[in-house]
Amino acid sequence: MVHPVNSSTESMIRLDKVTFTHSQNKKPIFEDFNWEIKRSERWVVLGPSGCGKTTLLYMLAGILFPQNGLILFDGTQISRPRPESGLILQDYGLLPWATVRENCALGLKIRKLYGADGVHAPRGDYKSGKEGIWLKRLGLVEFEDKYPHQLSGGQRQRTAIARTLVLRPDLLLMDEPFSSLDVQSRESLQDLTLSLLAEFGMTLILVTHSIEEAATMGEKILILKEPPNMEAFIVDNPITCKDNYRNSISFKDTCNNLRLMLGISNL
Amino acid sequence: MNKRQLTYTVVILILAWQICSTILQKPILPSPIIVILNLFVELFHGKLGTHFLVSLYRVLAGMGLAVLTATPAGLLLGQSKKLNQIFIPLIYILYPIPKVVFVPIIMLLFGIGDVAKIIIIFIILFFQILVLVRDQAVNIRPELLNSVRSLGAGRKALFRFVYFPATLSAILTSLRQSVGTAIAVLYIAELFATQSGLGYYIYFQGSTLFNYPAMYAGVVAMSLLGLGMYFGIDQMEKRMCKWLFVA
Repeated sequence: MVHPVNSSTESMIRLDKVTFTHSQNKKPIFEDFNWEIKRSERWVVLGPSGCGKTTLLYMLAGILFPQNGLILFDGTQISRPRPESGLILQDYGLLPWATVRENCALGLKIRKLYGADGVHAPRGDYKSGKEGIWLKRLGLVEFEDKYPHQLSGGQRQRTAIARTLVLRPDLLLMDEPFSSLDVQSRESLQDLTLSLLAEFGMTLILVTHSIEEAATMGEKILILKEPPNMEAFIVDNPITCKDNYRNSISFKDTCNNLRLMLGISNL
Repeated sequence: MNKRQLTYTVVILILAWQICSTILQKPILPSPIIVILNLFVELFHGKLGTHFLVSLYRVLAGMGLAVLTATPAGLLLGQSKKLNQIFIPLIYILYPIPKVVFVPIIMLLFGIGDVAKIIIIFIILFFQILVLVRDQAVNIRPELLNSVRSLGAGRKALFRFVYFPATLSAILTSLRQSVGTAIAVLYIAELFATQSGLGYYIYFQGSTLFNYPAMYAGVVAMSLLGLGMYFGIDQMEKRMCKWLFVA
């Protein structure tokens, strides 16, 4: 059978024999680690604390760099944060002295400061959105003059998502984005993120320690274990995103499967 | 502190002063009424107004110079581990020395004019602002820096959108904390070899002319100078750091 070659089957990100060691440790977190991400895929990186999942995300974000090996975005090695990637962290990512609206407009202001230089902002005639549209889209209009400490955790994460989406990224990198939220906010933000990903065809790489979150968000799940990670253990989870998925049998199967892979007892 | 609290405090202070002076019955503690009358007379017919303006100029110039130099220096130390390691021992050695001890040396080096007085105030404020701004810059959460970096910020944008606003409240706090010290040192600096400023005026009226009501008028003027500066800094903070004042 011949597969037609189109943009969705090309690899977007490729990790080639990546070795990373934190300066204070001798033992590497990753050793000759290979991994490949295709455009518009939804990936979740799952593992216990200390497994290196945040390190991996920071390498993809262009904040940390491997000692050996290559991290290639469309064939080009990453050497600084890529303007088309959006990074959303668990907390503390918003400017405490700026209102919701000012926070949302921050990326636009930064792009204005540098211009379309291809380093800090994408080169060429790049059209980024306006913060107002995203405030409306994420239900933040009534909070636009509030400061982050006046908001709930869910509202803060909505602001962080709006701020990232204003810049129209093609890749979302999320580090435990919903871990500190209550169940309702978490599930509604998970659903919102999934619908935004589908609408804009963005690629997702989300890091979490929660098995349920991995089964909800990831169509592909990368499992990391005790370092050094030398091999990518991948679980396919193609049936997410259906209505009432969290109550389905396949959701529970995936969770059990992930527990087994992580070596957690099922009982 | 609001205006009503301030009014009550002033009334109570004046009452206590009046009681003390009534009990003491000595020229060295005149009644506040006489002092306030003297204050107006000295302000509009004497030279107190000029002395006040000279002192105000010296404090403001010293403060301005300190903010303009200590802020960038503190920001640099705060975001460069290397510079921090080199300079911090030096700063920690110099910081606790009471800067008043340098008054004679600075007078010797910079003469008896305004420059010497401004430099003395500058030196005191410089260290206070430097240390607070550096601490604030060091304590910026790495999550915040990484998030803003991921929005495309390089060093320039990080300074403009993160480091500077993050340290603004520290600058104002350090200024407020040092108003008292600055004015105390100004007084000492104005005792030596000068014929202008509130320090000179107070000393001259009290120790040479034994004109105690005028001397106290000078003290009140100095207190008003400090109070005005406190209020000015508070107002700046309310305007520039709105986020600190919302519940």
